[in-house]
Amino acid sequence: MFIYVLAAILALTLSGYVIGQRRSLKLAGGEARSLHSRPGYYGAYVAAWVGIPSLILVLIWLLFQGPVIDALLLASLPDEKTANLSSAQVSLLISEIKQVSRGNIFGQPDQAILDAGVRYQNWRLIASWSMLTAAISLCLAGLVINRARIAPAFRARQRVEGVMTGFMIACSIAAILTTVGIVLSLLIEALRFFSLVSPLDFLFGLRWEPQIAMRADQSLGSGAFGAIPVFLGTLEIALFAMLVAIPIGLFTAIYLTEYAHPKFRAVIKPVVEILAGIPTVVYGFFAILIVAPAFKNFMNSIGIDAAPNSAFVAGAVMGIMIIPFISSLSDDAITAVPRSLRDGSYALGATQAETIMQILLPAALPGIMGGVLLAVSRAIGETMIVVMAAGIIATLTLNPLEPVTTVTVQIVTLLIGDTEFDSPKTLAAFALGLVLFTVTLCLNVIALRIVQKYRERYD
Amino acid sequence: MTDATLDTNVGSRLGVDWASEANARRLKKRYAANRRLQFYGLTAIALAIGLLGTLVSSLVVEGYKAFYQSKATLEIRLDPADIDPKNLADANYRRIFNTAIERYVPEAKTPAEKRQLSDIFSSEARYALRDYVLAHPEQIGQTIKLKVSLSDPFDQLEKGVIPRYVDALSSSETSRFEALAGRGLIEGRGADAAMKVSLSIDPQKVSSADIGAGRFRDIIADGLLATLGNPNAVGAAWPMLRDDVADVLKAYVIAHPDSIGQRLENFKLPLSPNYAALASGETPKVFNQRFASEKQFEWLDRLKAQGALSYPFASELLLNPTSRFPELAGLAGAIVGSFYALVVCFLISFPLGIAAAVYLEEFARRNRWTDLIEVNINNLAAVPSVVFGLLGLAVFLNSFGLPRSAPLVGGMVLALITLPTIIITTRAALKAVPPSVREAALGIGASKHQVVMHHVLPLAMPGIMTGVIIGLAHALGETAPLLLIGMNAFIPSIENIGLLEPATALPTQIYAWADSPERGFVARTSAAILVLLAFLVVMNGIAIFLRQRFERKW
Repeated sequence: MFIYVLAAILALTLSGYVIGQRRSLKLAGGEARSLHSRPGYYGAYVAAWVGIPSLILVLIWLLFQGPVIDALLLASLPDEKTANLSSAQVSLLISEIKQVSRGNIFGQPDQAILDAGVRYQNWRLIASWSMLTAAISLCLAGLVINRARIAPAFRARQRVEGVMTGFMIACSIAAILTTVGIVLSLLIEALRFFSLVSPLDFLFGLRWEPQIAMRADQSLGSGAFGAIPVFLGTLEIALFAMLVAIPIGLFTAIYLTEYAHPKFRAVIKPVVEILAGIPTVVYGFFAILIVAPAFKNFMNSIGIDAAPNSAFVAGAVMGIMIIPFISSLSDDAITAVPRSLRDGSYALGATQAETIMQILLPAALPGIMGGVLLAVSRAIGETMIVVMAAGIIATLTLNPLEPVTTVTVQIVTLLIGDTEFDSPKTLAAFALGLVLFTVTLCLNVIALRIVQKYRERYD
Repeated sequence: MTDATLDTNVGSRLGVDWASEANARRLKKRYAANRRLQFYGLTAIALAIGLLGTLVSSLVVEGYKAFYQSKATLEIRLDPADIDPKNLADANYRRIFNTAIERYVPEAKTPAEKRQLSDIFSSEARYALRDYVLAHPEQIGQTIKLKVSLSDPFDQLEKGVIPRYVDALSSSETSRFEALAGRGLIEGRGADAAMKVSLSIDPQKVSSADIGAGRFRDIIADGLLATLGNPNAVGAAWPMLRDDVADVLKAYVIAHPDSIGQRLENFKLPLSPNYAALASGETPKVFNQRFASEKQFEWLDRLKAQGALSYPFASELLLNPTSRFPELAGLAGAIVGSFYALVVCFLISFPLGIAAAVYLEEFARRNRWTDLIEVNINNLAAVPSVVFGLLGLAVFLNSFGLPRSAPLVGGMVLALITLPTIIITTRAALKAVPPSVREAALGIGASKHQVVMHHVLPLAMPGIMTGVIIGLAHALGETAPLLLIGMNAFIPSIENIGLLEPATALPTQIYAWADSPERGFVARTSAAILVLLAFLVVMNGIAIFLRQRFERKW
């Protein structure tokens, strides 16, 4: 149905364009010169008034159609069916009705549900037909009203350009809306979580056992939401990632900027950057397929027992992914050091190594630090590698041979499968997400500021 | 004045002897440091590229095996008695197929054997047969040739992933045996290999009146305990001895009745076949029983000897939807799901991204608001993708009530992820268009909008498209946000994939397969990754082509 509505709106919009253009030419007696704007602008003006309002109407309609019908459906059910239901049961009931209405009948649903299925089907039909009628009448109204406004002196171009500017501003605001959406959704769900679990327990607790349900009537121990082991695991894995990525990335950058032949650099730099373009799920599989068994065998051969999903392996594989971040940002920082510093150093008789270690690196240090901070933020937010290669159980350990878990792993494991929005387990993922978002945002802001400030100093 | 005199002059003025040995050493050291740094740099590059090479080559080594499939070409008689021509689809194809394979292996008689026999072939075989009959109803009554896949364990056996023979003894068993051999307790080779143990023929355990009723096993156990020292070692030593070792001793005692009450020094207890082979310096092997029985090996070998096995390209990998059986699992559903999601992502992020970039770059006055938008976009580009997944879950699924697992939602989330990248690259492309173009257009009376629409945007288009394609390639590899909105559904059929139906995507399919325990999924996962990487290479290739072909240098 939606497709037909869209098609109808599109067709009407196109005809609006043609009608507007024809009308303007006719009013001008076929002489486009006597019009204020080119005829196409009159067409576009009418088309905009035909298409845009009804598109907005349809989007809003679709947004509310589902919830409204659900609410009506629920209200239409006999009271004894809907009394004392939790939100999860309600959504289960509604999805059962929808299944029944599509003809997927499992078992013997009772008559009320079957009736509701029929009602649902009817209402949906009514809703989509009325949407179609509303959209088309809005289109036609726009067509008639705005066609009448066309006159040779009508400033159609300004109007159309105004509409376009409005569209562009709306698109720019979409970027802001995304951020607002992220912040609001994380905050709202996290606040709901903090109404169940105290923020102090969350931020400073030492036990993380979110899988155990928390119910008022349960007899066994309740779940714990102390995130310190999770934070510690995240930092540990990020640390190992940096231990792998910083030396390799930095030395690569040094060689490529100072020693390498331009042709060598032109080939090698993109090849190294391929590492950043490989999807992280591939790294995760690489970790479990190759790196983890190899590392375990190696540790066994020197007589040390290592877990198959040890923190070190997860961190090291993540480090491989991060090498290009460090190398290209350090590359930029080293290249940005003014020629004069380099020449001065060479003039004093310093070797290349002395110039690099004593002049270029200190001068480029802020830029490199900025790059490292960006890489740390990347490592903290990286998900798939750790989901596949790190542990799920939160243990309070710094041993690189034991599995640890990270914030992102917990978010994914808590939310995978069916999610109910009123259990602390689900909400805990949003609280972790809030922490993750805040930390990475701070790291990024600091890093970008460092990089920018440093760039300005030499420009 | 020559260079040499200049050098000595400067040197002597500063009181430095440049030619001294100490100086030469220092210089050598400094040059060594320089070479060292260069070496570190080269090592780092070699490591980075080596890791990339390891990654790709290990995927190729694992993954190529999933691109071909072991199949058997079987002759199947379509008996008209079994198939009702009016109701082709409902015939018992399973039975027809089983009758056909039992003709190849007549000795499979018991139900268990018959089940083992049909286990060699993929469970899809009967559907393949049904589809064949539905397509060729005229061949009922004839004997047809049908190619059916082998089931996963046998496919893996044929590909050599699962070894047909495995070491009969574990490494700890071997090392325990070698410890005994090191103590000189093992003697002889082959069938003569034996363990030398001193036994005391205790009259309480065997009476000369009735030697046959003697408790010879206990005698051996006592002897082992005396020789080896602890009960654990005795427990480990028993499997090394031949099963009939007590009978050997009995025969000896019957032959030598006077030995009762005596101590037999270094009595030779024969070793079991596996350990005898080990004593002869061989590595004993046994059939790999974990996945298949010896009979099944034999039957498979017979089919192979008849030339019935072939290894064609596994079109299933690309054309089938996913399945619980590795030999049937394919990527079609995931590719379609990813395609829908990417189309939605493109339809949203392309117009939105370009409009926002054009506004910010060409129209917006610099003020607090536009600064805010800019900072905001730069930061959005660095927000972890999993956070976008949380946004999608809370807003699109929970607030808007859009269906879970749908490509529409996946595409919307991916669009939000790629939007900042597209805005940033579009702005860079717009910036690259020289101001002279704008000024010339403005000079002949175009409006600001006309300048942008008619001149700047078309000129920047190749750069914009490059950025968009790279952004889409990035979106294709995104996994975590799709997991959060449930786009990892198990979709065993590709018929009703739609924008609002549950679907899966390539990277989430890879994640699901990587989690599956069956051996065949390792190769399948690697192959799926190769397919994903191929898509990425193609997309990036198009982007590079566009950049080199159409981008203008001003």
